[in-house]
Amino acid sequence: MDHVGALLVELGLLFLGLSLLGLLARRLGLSPIPFVLVAALAVGQGGIVPLDTAEPFLSASAEIGVVLLLLTLGLEFSATELFGSFRRHAPSGVVDLVLNAPPGFAAGLLLGLPWEGALALAGVTWISSSGIVARLLGDLGRLANRETPAVLSILVLEDLAMALFLPLLVVALANEGPMAAVAGIALAVSAVLLVLLAVQRHGHRLGRLLSHDDDEQVLLRLVGLTLLVAGLAQSLGVSAAVGAFLVGLALPASFAERARAILAPLRDLFAATFFVAFGLATDPAEIVPVLPAALLLAGVTVATKLATGWYAARREGVGVPGRLRAGTALVPRGEFSIVIAGLAVAAGIPEVGPVATAYVLVLAVSGPVLTRFVEPFSAPFLARAA
Amino acid sequence: MPGMDLEETLLPGVGVRYELRTRAGEILGIVVQREGGAEIAVYDRRDPDRARDVFRLTPEEADAVAEVLGATRLTQRFADLSREVPGLQAARFPIAPGSPFDGRTLGDTRARTLTGCSVVAIVRGSDVVPSPAPGDRLQAGDVLVAIGSATGLEQLDRRLAGQS
Repeated sequence: MDHVGALLVELGLLFLGLSLLGLLARRLGLSPIPFVLVAALAVGQGGIVPLDTAEPFLSASAEIGVVLLLLTLGLEFSATELFGSFRRHAPSGVVDLVLNAPPGFAAGLLLGLPWEGALALAGVTWISSSGIVARLLGDLGRLANRETPAVLSILVLEDLAMALFLPLLVVALANEGPMAAVAGIALAVSAVLLVLLAVQRHGHRLGRLLSHDDDEQVLLRLVGLTLLVAGLAQSLGVSAAVGAFLVGLALPASFAERARAILAPLRDLFAATFFVAFGLATDPAEIVPVLPAALLLAGVTVATKLATGWYAARREGVGVPGRLRAGTALVPRGEFSIVIAGLAVAAGIPEVGPVATAYVLVLAVSGPVLTRFVEPFSAPFLARAA
Repeated sequence: MPGMDLEETLLPGVGVRYELRTRAGEILGIVVQREGGAEIAVYDRRDPDRARDVFRLTPEEADAVAEVLGATRLTQRFADLSREVPGLQAARFPIAPGSPFDGRTLGDTRARTLTGCSVVAIVRGSDVVPSPAPGDRLQAGDVLVAIGSATGLEQLDRRLAGQS
């Protein structure tokens, strides 16, 4: 088979395989992310089926996948929602950070990673998967529950924190000395604040600039602008992901809905290649030795997320069963833990990859199961209260 | 509305949750989703934080329910929209008996050409005509729901009253 033929056949088989996995995941009521990771481990480096021809393509489109993931993340929440969540739930956000990031950092140091790698692992354990959690709440009919605003607000605050954490991590990973680090962080923080303030006044202008009756025009303008900003951000040393996130934030809520609808299929396709590329870069043989550590870390951070949700829901005056629901709902880690691990791997700390993969596999599967089963478990608390 | 206990909570990334404690002492939860769908929930008596039964409504079904209950929701939605776009406002204009447009079509008002405002709905008693066409005939007692700039809406008000 010639090169192009082999490439297309490999990609075709890959996407068909992903479709089957997605179907299986939905049937089981789980997120497809862990299934995609396992499948990607099985193919490629050290796996059963080689995926040689498609690998260069996959690693390029994985970059676009991260950019689109972060763009849609920025589109997900309006500036009003960000400010509203911050005003009302800031203490919960702080508790979330204080409880969930240190276990990852400590684990990283104990595993013998350099401190930059440990910082990445702190991000991996800190950030819940907003994709998995939001979908889970909808599926379980919990959107109207009283603990839900607290849960969603924590997700918003984590996503906002990502805009500050990612550049911090990128600067730390670049290892260019304290002056460059301070400058990079100052640049990132001021860019985020500037965009949030500018959106309040001028966001609708950007919306008008990008909007057009024709969906194709909107798609091209939006993707073009995002890639441009992401590329510039990358060359300024603040990571393409942050640039894309800022573009998403800067778009006004009235335009965001249409943009989300138009981008969704493209985002799904490229994000899938990102997860595959990440799995491909990880050697399955390296996962087995770190499995006990990842399991232990998962156990500890299930408990810390539970405490976070408990605290956040209690601040809202929610009873014990609702606090348990909130805590368990926050357990799944997913796409952004992988994004963070991907940054560390790309910066030359490949040891983060296997730990993060195993960790996300465990929690992306067990989190949704846990929050489903906590409902019957919390029944005794009700009997006592009544 | 006096004496009514309606609480509004923002659900980031989802929409808005309304919680209404009715005079009969029951709690009704309504989640209005960004995409236009809605969930109506009845809370568990033993665990008042948990939605025990949830009705999931598609955008069309939610609109149908809203139309049954009256037109207030529609105006509210445009008020929300105008809050997101600085400089855009929503207003309601009753067609008074004796108005020059009583019995004429919406197109005759030339609202968009002359004032830049869009008439997004006509409220007629308990009925609502969303996205009315220029050929729709107006009558005394109708209420036009329009969005536009503050100046545009003032011009439209004067025009509908026959002052310009």
